[in-house]
This record gives sequence, C-alpha cells and structure tokens, in this order.
Amino acid sequence: MSTANHSGGFHHAHHFDSAEHQYDASKQGIWLFLVTEILMFGGLFVGYSIYHSLYPQVFHAGSKQLSVVLGALNTVVLLFSSFTMALGINYVQRGLRNKAIIALAVTIACAAIFMVVKFFEYTHKFHVGTVPGKYAYTEELSASGEKVTKVGALLAEANKLSVVEREHKLHLDETEFEHLTLLEKTKNWPLFFGFYFVMSGIHGLHVLAGAFLIFWVLLKVIKNQVGPEYYTPVEGVGLFWHVVDLIWIYLFPLLYLVG
Amino acid sequence: MAHEQHNYLNHQKGIWSWLTTLDHKRIGIMYFVAIMSFFFLGGVFALLVRAELFTPGKTLFSADVYNRMMTYHGAIMVFMVIVPGIPAIFGNFVLPIMIGAKDVAFPRLNLMSWYMLMIGAAITGSTLFLENVDTGWTFYTPYSSIKTGLGVIPMVLGVFIIGFSSILTGLNFIVTTHKLRAPGMTMNRIPLMVWALYSTAILQVLATPVLAITLLLLIAEKTLGVGIFDPQLGGDPVLFQHFFWFYSHPAVYIMILPAMGVISELVATYSRKVIFGYTAIAYSSLAIAGVSFLVWGHHMFVSGQSEFAGVLFSFITMLVGVPTAIKLFNWIATMYKGSIRLDAPMLFAIGFMFLFTIGGLTGVYLASTGMDIHFHDTYFVVAHFHYVMVGGTLMALMGALIYWFPKVTGKIYSDLVGRISWVFIFTGFNVTFFPQFILGNMGMPRRYYDYLPTFTELNQMSTFGSWLIGTGFLVGLYGVIYALLKGKEAGNNPFGGKTLEWTTASPPPHENFESTPVLTGGPYEYR
Repeated sequence: MSTANHSGGFHHAHHFDSAEHQYDASKQGIWLFLVTEILMFGGLFVGYSIYHSLYPQVFHAGSKQLSVVLGALNTVVLLFSSFTMALGINYVQRGLRNKAIIALAVTIACAAIFMVVKFFEYTHKFHVGTVPGKYAYTEELSASGEKVTKVGALLAEANKLSVVEREHKLHLDETEFEHLTLLEKTKNWPLFFGFYFVMSGIHGLHVLAGAFLIFWVLLKVIKNQVGPEYYTPVEGVGLFWHVVDLIWIYLFPLLYLVG
Repeated sequence: MAHEQHNYLNHQKGIWSWLTTLDHKRIGIMYFVAIMSFFFLGGVFALLVRAELFTPGKTLFSADVYNRMMTYHGAIMVFMVIVPGIPAIFGNFVLPIMIGAKDVAFPRLNLMSWYMLMIGAAITGSTLFLENVDTGWTFYTPYSSIKTGLGVIPMVLGVFIIGFSSILTGLNFIVTTHKLRAPGMTMNRIPLMVWALYSTAILQVLATPVLAITLLLLIAEKTLGVGIFDPQLGGDPVLFQHFFWFYSHPAVYIMILPAMGVISELVATYSRKVIFGYTAIAYSSLAIAGVSFLVWGHHMFVSGQSEFAGVLFSFITMLVGVPTAIKLFNWIATMYKGSIRLDAPMLFAIGFMFLFTIGGLTGVYLASTGMDIHFHDTYFVVAHFHYVMVGGTLMALMGALIYWFPKVTGKIYSDLVGRISWVFIFTGFNVTFFPQFILGNMGMPRRYYDYLPTFTELNQMSTFGSWLIGTGFLVGLYGVIYALLKGKEAGNNPFGGKTLEWTTASPPPHENFESTPVLTGGPYEYR
C-alpha cells in the first residue's frame, strides 16, 4: 500500500456483482444528478428568456455594464480548469499519482481565480450601485416623486464633477459613466441585475462546491484511496466540474455579450 | 426463544444501529415511523380546520389562526406525507426485494435522503414556533414574497431540502431498477409496483429541480428583493405559478403513480389471476409521467393566459385520462372471473378504484376551460383533489400497509381490524368530501375562513365525516400496535403472492435472499 501507483485493497460493495458493475451504477447515478442540475438552471434560463423578450432594452443596457474582459477571463480560466480536471482523471486512471495531484491542484487554483475575479466584479457592482431589485433604490425621492436609484445618486454626484475628478474621486471612467447614464434612462433596469446576481451567484456556489469536491478527491489521491482499479469518485467529480463549466459557457454570452 | 431466526431486524441491535443503518428495509421502516408522525400532525390540523368550519363565522379560533392551520395541513400532507409516502416507505422496502437485489444501488445516499427529509421537516416545522406561515402550501406570490412575514423563508428552505430528499430517492430507484435486477429479471418481467416506482422516480428527478429553483427564487426575492416576481420592480408574480405548477402538477403523479403500483399488486394477488394487460399497465405509468409535464397550465385557466394556451392545456390534461383509464380497465379485467378474496387490502384497492374514478372524472370537469371558470377556487376543486390524493394515495397506503405488514414484521395484521378501519375511512371519506362537490357547485370558495349560512348543513356533514376518517386511521394504528404485540406468525407467503418478495423469509434476512434468485418467467403467474 505504500507504493505510489496503486490503490489496492478496494472492494466493491456487497450488493454489486463486481467492481465494474458498481462503477456502471455510480456513473448512471452521477449523470442523473447532473440532469437535475441542468433542469434547475433550466428554470433560470426560462425566466431569463421571458424577461429578455419583455424588456430587451433592460438587458441591453444592463449587459453593457458588465465587464466583458473579466467575464472572458473567467471563461478561459474555467475552460482551462476543465482541461486540467480531465487530465487529472486520466492520470489517476493511469496511476500517475504525482501528475494527478498537480492537475487537480491546478483545477482548484482555477476555481479560486474564478472566485477572486467574481469578487472584484461583485464589489465593483456594489460600489456603483448596480444591485438587484429593491436594494438598487435609495430612501430619497426625486423632484417628480419617483424613487431614486443608487446609480442615479452616483450620477448626480458625478455630473457636478469634471471628467478627471470623476476618475479620481468616484473611480468612474468616461465609458462607464456613459453606460451608467444609459442604464439609468432604462426603466426597471435593476431586474437585469436580479438575474445577474442570482444566476452568477448560484453558479458561483456550484464553483465553490466543485472546488470542495475536487479537494476531497485530491485527498483521496494523496491517501492512495483511488487509482487505476478504482477511480469512480474522481470521474464523478470531474463530470460535475464539466457541468459547472458548461453552465458558465451559457451564462457568459447570455449575461455579458447579449447587449 | 431458544432458536431465533436470523433476519434484518435482529441482524444488529440498538438505536444507533438503526440511525446509521444502510439496509433499505430498515430505512423503509424509519421512513414509516417519520412519515406517520407527520401524517398524524397533518391530520390533526385537518380536523381542526374542519372543526372551525362547523359553523359560519368564528367557531374555535380566529381567521388568522385558521389560515396558518390550513397552510400547515397542506404543506405537511403534500411535502412530507403523500409525496414521499409510498415510494419512501414501501418503495424502499419492497423495490429491491421485488427485483431480487440485495439493496438499493446507493445505500448511503438512501440513508442521507432520510436525514434530509428529517432536516427539512425540522426546519419547516420550526416555523410553527418561530413565525407561522399563512400563505397556503402553494406559496403564491406576491402575497408570499411581499406581503406576509419572514417565516416563509425557513418554511420554503425546509421544503427545498425535502425536495432534495425526493430527488435522491428517485435517482436511487432508477439506478437500482436499471442495474441491480436479478438474473432473468428483464424489464418486462419486473412487477408492476416496480414499474410504477420507476416512473415516479423519473418524475422526481425531472420535476423536483424546477421546484428547487422556484423556491430559491422565492427566497432570493424575499431576502435580496431581486424583483423577478415583484410587479413593482418589473417582475411578474404569475411566473411563480408557472414554475410552481411545472413541478407541482407532475408531483400529483408522484403521489398517485406509486399508489397505482400498489393497486396492481393487490388486484393480482387477491384475484388470483394473471394480471390483465401487464404491458399496458406498465407503459401507461410511463405515459402518465410523460404527459404530466405538459399540463401545468390547467391550474392557470383564469390567470390571464391566452385562450389558445387554455385550449391546448385543456386538451392535454384530458389526455391524462387515457393511460389512467387503461390502468383501471385492466384492473377490472383482471378481477373479471378471478377468485376474488375481499380481504382488507383488496377492500382498500376497490376503495381506491371507486374514489379515484370519482376524482378522475371530476378532473375532466376541471380540465374543461368553460367549466373551470365556474368551479375555479371553489370547494369543488378541494373535493376533487382530495378524492384523487387522499382517496387514491392514502387508500393505497393503507392497503400496502396491511398487505406487506407480514413481510416487514413477520406478523399478520388482523384482517378484521383492517376491514373496520376501511369501513370508517371509506364512508368517512365520502361523507366528508362528497358534500364539498355540492358546496363548490353552489359557489362556496375554497381556503376561506367564513361562509354563507346557506352552506351550514353541508359543511357540518363534511366535518362529521372528518371525524369518521380520523377514527378510521386510529383503528388502523391500533391494528399496527396489536399486530406487533399479538399478531400471529405470518410465514413466508400468507396471501399467496407471486412476486419475488414472497419467496424469501418474513422478515427477510439481512441480504434479502439466502441465494440470489433466478427468474424464468414473469410476475403474477397464477394457474
């Protein structure tokens, strides 16, 4: 048991005929679970498409507010992580323990990068006030008696300043200022950020869950509990991770590029 | 007790061995204990709701309390009793045995499902003491999202977790049915109960995630105010109903399909005949499961959806009647010229057919858009779905309980007690809910605390009936306790069943069979 490329001592559970039989069953179970994940996000996609057709201008103005660069960066990071995950599975299957450890660790690092980028995106949104629903509004009312949004308040302040001062004091560059002005002119714009935060938020939770699961199989690899004879958990987690990636591949164009 | 047989009950000892068990039979029993406790609680709420409606105006408590009781009655009965009921209790116990497996595919996941039901129920139940919820079990927006208190959040979170439990059970059953059948047990030889559970499992896996996201959105709406359901922020409260019924209509078949599976078993065993139209019954389960996804719009005929959508949903809804009728006619054809024994389980099976037919036919009324405008949100609807869900599922549950009791415990459930229980439940049921058809037709709205004095007599009749049902279930409970304490030894096959579970010992050994069975023919080979 001390040699690296070996996961000896694995016995299939008593109600299965063979290890292969057990592997087949586990794989079917994981695929079924992934179907439920897709269906759950399916509900969100349905909601998205309904509101997109109702308020195209909201989604247009809202998506301009998202950073395509950061979104694309995250897409690349996740695609790369899917690649390293696939490598990790392959290495475990071939018994290349050290390489597998590196591949899985890189995958976790990618998940971390994704979340860090997400963190900067989110905090920036809190800063400019592009937040969902009722939290997008301030307490005050405008002269015409309408509720003032946080973006509206920020723009009012920005309008009093020169371009340089905006950049310096409010961290608003010229393009962003224009985008926010366009956004503020659109009725019901906080709805877009409702979808943005819920969809990317639930996806983000899945990234965290995935990273946790990859860490779990990483420990299994380190402890020699998986190897060429038994790699079901590695492959299952891998499939989950690919689905997390896949969902982002849909979310990215829908949220960032659609405008 | 010098020589005690080795079985799953004495395989391990102590409460801890139960709480950590991976044996599907023990998990089935744990589900039984848990779900029956919920059933008792939900039943008490039902009796209180009916008691309040004994007279118009205030009878026992305020409108506020009434709304809460009605909510808890609905939520407990739907999410914690009828949806998990037959699959979790009897499915867990008999499905692996019926297909000749040693256990379900994922025993640990199975135990986890039980714990998730417990956790979900605890969170939902905690709202009883923290902040009562008064939304009704459907949690319709905008009332649930904007108006009422924050108790909705833990309630919905609990239901979300219970939904997970349901998904995992379904997933487990699908894989078990696919991968763990004994040699010779082809898909066309599995018992009809297994077909029913398999179809149910598909529904659980495909529909429940949509409920999950709906409830998450409701939580997001309440905590973050995302505005998806809030018209003030540009959202649409009716979208919630679409999402909700996209799950909850298939959920109606999650409730009824396992019951139909039970009835198939009972009818075959107590008529001592080859089941008529095995394939038709088997595939009609799948057909019901399939069609059920396309009918949610009939809950929303008066929500302002387009007339075209109304007509379409009306048509597809009526289509569900076809596979349902296929089942009913096949059961009747099975009984035809059979040597029928009217034991208690068979009485419950016949009761099922009687009540479910009434429930189904009144469903056709409600599926017709014109009629539905008249009956919408009246007591007619209440009577209809109680006939289907209670008259269907709970009759089957009682039948299943008495039928498989000897297999589970090794003791015979007193047939006399079973029959007495049946008389109370069956008559009580009709006395309770038949007047509600008339009330609904006369225009009494559902969910209301108060009603016009004209409706008093029929309401009193209904309340009286609810006491009969309550008595019936108490008799049923007495039967369980009596049988456990003083029941006769059952033997392996007291009722002459032909499916695999009757070939093993009662109670079965830890691994279900002494040696793996090999099949050479289909189930139900009488004569």
